[in-house]
Amino acid sequence: MMPVNDNPETSMARPCPAHRILAAAALAAAASQAPAATIGFLAPLSGPIAIVGQDQVDGFMLAVDQLGGKLGGQPVNVLKEDDQLKPDVGAQAVRKFIEKDKVDAIVGLSFSNVLMAALPRLAESGTVALATNAGPSPVAGAQCKPNVFSMAWQNDGAAEAMGKYAQDKGIKKVFLMAPNYQAGKDMLAGFKRMFKGTVVEELYTQVNQPDYSAELAQMQAVNPEAVFVFYPGGMGVNFVKQMRQAGLLGKMPFYSVFTIDGTTMPSLRDAAADSISGAMYDAALDTAENKKFVAAFEAKYKRLPSEYAATGYDAAQVLDVALRKVGGNTADKAAFAKAVKAAGSEFKSVRGPFKFNNNNLPIQNYYAFEVVKAGGKLVTRQVGVPLPEHTDSYHTQCALK
Amino acid sequence: MISGTLLLAQLLNGLQYGVLLFLLAAGLTLVFGIMSFVNLAHGALYMLGAYAGAIGYEKTGSFVAALAIAMAATFLVGLVLERLAISRLYRRDHLDHVLATFGLVMFFNELARILWGPQPYFVSVPDALSGTVELFGFNYPSYRFLIIGVGLAVAVGSYLLIHKTRLGMLIRAGSVNPAMVGALGVNIGLLNAVLFGLGAMLAGLAGAMAGPILSVQSGMGEPVLITALVVIVVGGIGSVAGAFYAALIIGVADTLGRTFLPMLLRQLADRSVADAAGPALASMLVYLLMAGVLAWRPQGLFPAHKG
Repeated sequence: MMPVNDNPETSMARPCPAHRILAAAALAAAASQAPAATIGFLAPLSGPIAIVGQDQVDGFMLAVDQLGGKLGGQPVNVLKEDDQLKPDVGAQAVRKFIEKDKVDAIVGLSFSNVLMAALPRLAESGTVALATNAGPSPVAGAQCKPNVFSMAWQNDGAAEAMGKYAQDKGIKKVFLMAPNYQAGKDMLAGFKRMFKGTVVEELYTQVNQPDYSAELAQMQAVNPEAVFVFYPGGMGVNFVKQMRQAGLLGKMPFYSVFTIDGTTMPSLRDAAADSISGAMYDAALDTAENKKFVAAFEAKYKRLPSEYAATGYDAAQVLDVALRKVGGNTADKAAFAKAVKAAGSEFKSVRGPFKFNNNNLPIQNYYAFEVVKAGGKLVTRQVGVPLPEHTDSYHTQCALK
Repeated sequence: MISGTLLLAQLLNGLQYGVLLFLLAAGLTLVFGIMSFVNLAHGALYMLGAYAGAIGYEKTGSFVAALAIAMAATFLVGLVLERLAISRLYRRDHLDHVLATFGLVMFFNELARILWGPQPYFVSVPDALSGTVELFGFNYPSYRFLIIGVGLAVAVGSYLLIHKTRLGMLIRAGSVNPAMVGALGVNIGLLNAVLFGLGAMLAGLAGAMAGPILSVQSGMGEPVLITALVVIVVGGIGSVAGAFYAALIIGVADTLGRTFLPMLLRQLADRSVADAAGPALASMLVYLLMAGVLAWRPQGLFPAHKG
C-alpha cells in the first residue's frame, strides 16, 4: 500500500526521521479505506515535439481534475518523467516507475521507439501500461502483452483510413511523401494497403528536413490527381506552408495523417485550408462526450485539444473505471490488467465507439476531417468515416484472446 | 522525366537555398576568419531573428518593418553577447569556444521555449507575395523570389562594404593579420564587436526571411548552422566572397542531389533499394563535397587572402 503523500518530490528530498516513518506507516494503515493511487506518466516534454507530450499530460490531468483529483474514488499521485524522445532515457524512467516508485500504472509511453525499448521491462513486471501515443506493429502482433494497452491507435490506422478514403473518391494517380524513417515507411505502407490505384511517386525525405521546394517542384512536374503525406510536428508546418505557397494546396486533393491537427493548426491557420486528414479524433468530432471535453479543455488550457490530448483524457477515464472495479487493489496485477481491458468497453470515449481488441489495441472509428475556409473563418468538419470500428491487420498474430 | 522547366525550377530552388545559406555563412566566416572564434550560437541568432521578425510582422503589419526589427534586434543581441561573453573567450582555445557557444545554444533554445512555448510560432507570407509566378508553364512561389533578391542585394552590399569602405579595409586587414592591425592603433575590440554584431544581424535577417516558409520554433537554427559550417569550410574560412560562391554551390548541389540522385539510382538499382539509398545518399552529398574540397584544397576554394 502506498503512503498518502501529496508531493513525493519534496518529501523525498527531506531527511526522514524514524518517528516520521512510523507516523507515515500509521497514517497509511489508518487511511487504508481510501489509499492513494500512483500513476507514472512518461511523455516527451522537451525538444521540438514537446507539445505532443504536453497535450497528453494536459488531457490526462483534465480528467483527473474533473474526477476531483481522484481515480476510481481514491486520491491520485501523478509522477511525470520526460523521455526526451530517447529510447534509453524512456526505458530508464519506466524502470524507475516500476522499481522505485512502485506505481500502480504507467501512462503515456511516448513514441513507438520509446515504447519498444521499455517493452521488455513492462512485460516482465506485469505493471499495467497504457500507451497514449503509440501502437507499433510488433506490440499489435506477435509481441502483444496482457498488461500493455494502447489508448491511441495501431500506427497504420489513420493512413489506412486515408488510403480507403482516396480509393472511395475514385482517385487513380497519387503522389506519396514521408520522412525517411520507420514511421514514414509504415504510414505509406498503410495507405497503399487500402489504395488500389497507381502510386506515381513515392518520395522519402530526410528527417527534420526544413525545405521541400525541390520535392514540390517534382510534384508539380508529375501532376498527380492527389497527394498523401505524413509529416508530424514542425516538419508538417514547413511542408504545408510551402505546398500552399507553391500554389499546389487547393489545386488537388491533399490527404495527410498526423500533419494537420490540434498541435500544428495554430501555426498554420489559413495555410491548412482545403486539406483532408485521417484520424481517430479531432476537436470537431460531433459527440456529446467530445463537446463537453472540448469545452472543458479550452476553458482550462485556452487552446483546442489534439488527438494526443484526447488519448490522455481517455486513459484517465479507463483507469478510473478499472480502479473502481478492483476496489483500488492493484496488488494482483493480472486482475488489474483484466479490469482495464473490461473498462475499455465500458467507459465513454470522446472519440465515439471504443473497445480493446484481443491484442489490447483499440477497435475504433477512423474519420476523415476536412479543413475549409467558410465565411472568412477556418472550420474543421468531419466528412466521412472511411474505417468504422476498424481492427488492425496484426491482431491475428497475437496469441492473446 | 527530367524536363527543362523542372531543371530550371530546381536551379531556382538551389539558388534560393544558397542565398539563405550565404546570409548565415557571411557572419560566421568573418567571425571565424578574423577573430578565430568558433561560434556555434550563430544558429541561435538566426532563430532569434525569425522570432523577432514574426513578432514584428504581427505587431506592425509591415514586412519591411519586421525585417528591420529583426535586424536591429539581432544586431543588439550580437553586440551584447560579444561584450558579455564572447570577448572573454578569444584568448582561449577552440574547444572552449565550442563549449561556451554550445551552452549559449541551449540557453537560447530554452529561452525561446519559455517565452513563446513549444508550438511553432505563426508567421504568414506577406499578402502581395503569397501567390506564384509562372515561368514557362511552371509555377514558382513569389516569396522565394524575394529571398533571392534580398540575398543577392546583401551579397552586393557586403562586397561594397568590404572593398570600398574604411571598415571593409580594416576587416580585410584583420582577416590576414589581426595582431598587426591592433599594433597599428586600430581599436580591435570595437572592430570585433561591430563585426560580431553585423554577423548576428545577417543571421537575424536570414531567420526573418525564412520565417514565412519554415516553422519558427525553438531549435530551428541547428540543422541550418551545420550546413553553414560546411559552406565556410568549402568557401575558405574568413572569405565573404568564398562564402557566397560556396553557398550557391552547396545550395544547388543539395537541391539537385535530392531530386535527381534518387531518380538516377532507380535507373541503376531495384526500386526498393533505390528508395532507401537515394535520400540517404542525397543527404550525404554536401558532406562528401566538403570532404573532397578538404582533401584537394584544404584552405577552401576561395581563400581570404586572394579575394
